[in-house]
Amino acid sequence: MSAVNQLTEMTGADILVNCLVQEGVEIVFGYPGGSVLYIYDALFKQNSIRHILVRHEQAATHAADGYSRATGKPGVVLVTSGPGVTNTITGIATAYMDSIPMVIITGQVPTSLIGNDAFQEVDSVGISRPCVKHNFLVKDVSKLAETIKKAFYLAVSGRPGPVLVDIPKDVTAQKTWFEYPESIEMRSYKPVFNGHPGQIRKAAELLLLAKRPVIYTGGGVVLGNGSAELVELTRMLGYPITQTLMGLGSYPATDPQFIGMLGMHGTYEANMAMHECDVLLAVGARFDDRVTGDVKQFCPQAKIIHIDIDPSSISKNVKVDIPIVGTVDRVLRDLIKAIKESGKQTDADMLANWWQQIDTWRATNCLRYDRKSQLIKPQFAIEKLYEITKGDAYVTSDVGQHQMFVAQFYKFTKPRRWINSGGLGTMGFGMPAAMGVKLAFPQETVVCVTGESSIQMCIQELSTCKQFDLPLKILNLNNGYMGMVRQWQEMFYDKRYSHSYFEALPDFVKLAESYGHVGLRVEKPAELESVLKEAFALTDRLVFIDCKIDPAENVYPMMAAGKGHHEMMLSPYQEERELA
Amino acid sequence: MRRHILSILLENEPGALSRVAGLFSARGYNIESLTVAPTDDPSMSRMTVVTRGSDDIVEQITKQLNKLVDVIKLIDLSEGPYIERELLLLKVKVATTNQREEVKRLVDIFRGQVIDVGDATYTIEMTGSGDKIDAFVKAIEASLILEVVRSGVSGIGRGNKTLHL
Repeated sequence: MSAVNQLTEMTGADILVNCLVQEGVEIVFGYPGGSVLYIYDALFKQNSIRHILVRHEQAATHAADGYSRATGKPGVVLVTSGPGVTNTITGIATAYMDSIPMVIITGQVPTSLIGNDAFQEVDSVGISRPCVKHNFLVKDVSKLAETIKKAFYLAVSGRPGPVLVDIPKDVTAQKTWFEYPESIEMRSYKPVFNGHPGQIRKAAELLLLAKRPVIYTGGGVVLGNGSAELVELTRMLGYPITQTLMGLGSYPATDPQFIGMLGMHGTYEANMAMHECDVLLAVGARFDDRVTGDVKQFCPQAKIIHIDIDPSSISKNVKVDIPIVGTVDRVLRDLIKAIKESGKQTDADMLANWWQQIDTWRATNCLRYDRKSQLIKPQFAIEKLYEITKGDAYVTSDVGQHQMFVAQFYKFTKPRRWINSGGLGTMGFGMPAAMGVKLAFPQETVVCVTGESSIQMCIQELSTCKQFDLPLKILNLNNGYMGMVRQWQEMFYDKRYSHSYFEALPDFVKLAESYGHVGLRVEKPAELESVLKEAFALTDRLVFIDCKIDPAENVYPMMAAGKGHHEMMLSPYQEERELA
Repeated sequence: MRRHILSILLENEPGALSRVAGLFSARGYNIESLTVAPTDDPSMSRMTVVTRGSDDIVEQITKQLNKLVDVIKLIDLSEGPYIERELLLLKVKVATTNQREEVKRLVDIFRGQVIDVGDATYTIEMTGSGDKIDAFVKAIEASLILEVVRSGVSGIGRGNKTLHL
């Protein structure tokens, strides 16, 4: 179907599909059902939009989410009413917490039955309200096109987020004249773009006076496409930079100015630098509890500059001195300009002292682990993965220890390559998200690093991968435990491993094979490289690598919940000193 | 923990009220009272929310409310001089002449009105600040009170200060 914009009478279902075409939507992730049959009929009659049939609606939202994180475009989901909607809620909440633009189209029972406890009826607008940026119930077909326009506009602008549009079945059958609005104006929604020039000047002055500065950036730099500006600013100043879990990749992790991730499992040097800094530049980060630790002990000596698109993120958890509301790319450009125009220089001597201090922290080698272990260490597995993919793969993850190991050991050098559920911490996210990435970039290497616990939460999507020929590489770091739960039980619950061990696990190799994929198993460190090479050589097949790892390994360093950045637990493992 | 009166202009759309109410419950904020009705422009509603919290919390509440897509504009009336009024409808038992006289006297003192008279009941209407309404209800003997209906606070800024588009 070609895009239609001249006045034509069409059904609600055809109007919806035409709206999606006009929005440039290429892929819809969905699952049909009674309330969306007219819409699926309209999809059947066209060729512009590809529909990816998932095996569970949760996976549709994660796949759309992964697609969006990798491309920057909004992900689109189509599901039926009732259980179709409730199954999407976890995925919608995941996207909401990480500010991912997404449009979720949900079928609804006919308007005459709404509120009647009809078959497959649920109050979709009500049930999704706390985890969407906004939502709509379209009760009149004449409002449909405008509502879809608003939904996309809201999803991608300002602080992005998921927007749900609930469409009753009768509305999709009704006919009206179709005209897609070219632009939309909402009196109650006016996102800000440019930062306040006076605030930016003040920020520039403060930054140049810093003696122990730190730049701390989050997912906002990735979502706001501010990576190039961030790199320019950071290099120009020569200051150390640390990033949150969501921010990784927007500054190259291989660069010497990068001091690692911060927070609960951040590096010792990053957290110590936060604790000792006198000026903190926070960009597109939200001072989340996993990052700040105890807020009373957070950056006790620092004056804080905070750049963010969302005014409600500013001074929410930590009081800041210079707030700047705007899109990160524009504000950073203006900040670079203001620094250049000031004609002033950074304090080179103080900065040299500061780097010297940071280097002593770095010398603790906080990411050390036993490289001579007879068991595969998860850190070693990620290092090998990094080598074999040359650090250039799209990597998705689930949630837990494996997620932290990727964040620590896979040195991302580009934004949008590291795709994981940071805010909500959704197990089951990784594989469907990887499907979305692979569909967006079929030529790129896409790896899902997971664990035997997480992967089982959306394992059915192996079937989707077969149907749509998605040759992912799945690296299952299998320790038999919910690793992060086990780690906390070991550290804080006197080793009472309550329900964190799986008495029964499937044979993942056979499982992958039964879905029509390739399964490989590796149990010894010496075999890991060759198995990974074998897996990545099979470029046209999904390969499930069941990697048996040391079940006792913990993620270090660690700042326990409620502690300060300077109170980190370091790995008990001590490296043997090399003999001269 | 100061009392704040937030005055909000929002889209008169289905669900707009539940978005505001849901925000308060989801984030653990307090609502002391909430009133809402359409304005002279029927596409907009005016809402008055009375809440209590530290300055930081109220700053967050204000920012979060502003973030709601249906919220057009809002101000914290209690940041400047303002007027607040609440409507009370009170039904009391007045079985004896003595009780009728006593109640009528109190109604006059508080400048209310008896707007309905039954066999053995008075229905009283009164407007005023929350404090005044509190004082009046307290002044009526508790055993006589049959029903208390309070509207919650409506507020408006004093002088030239306005909240409009």
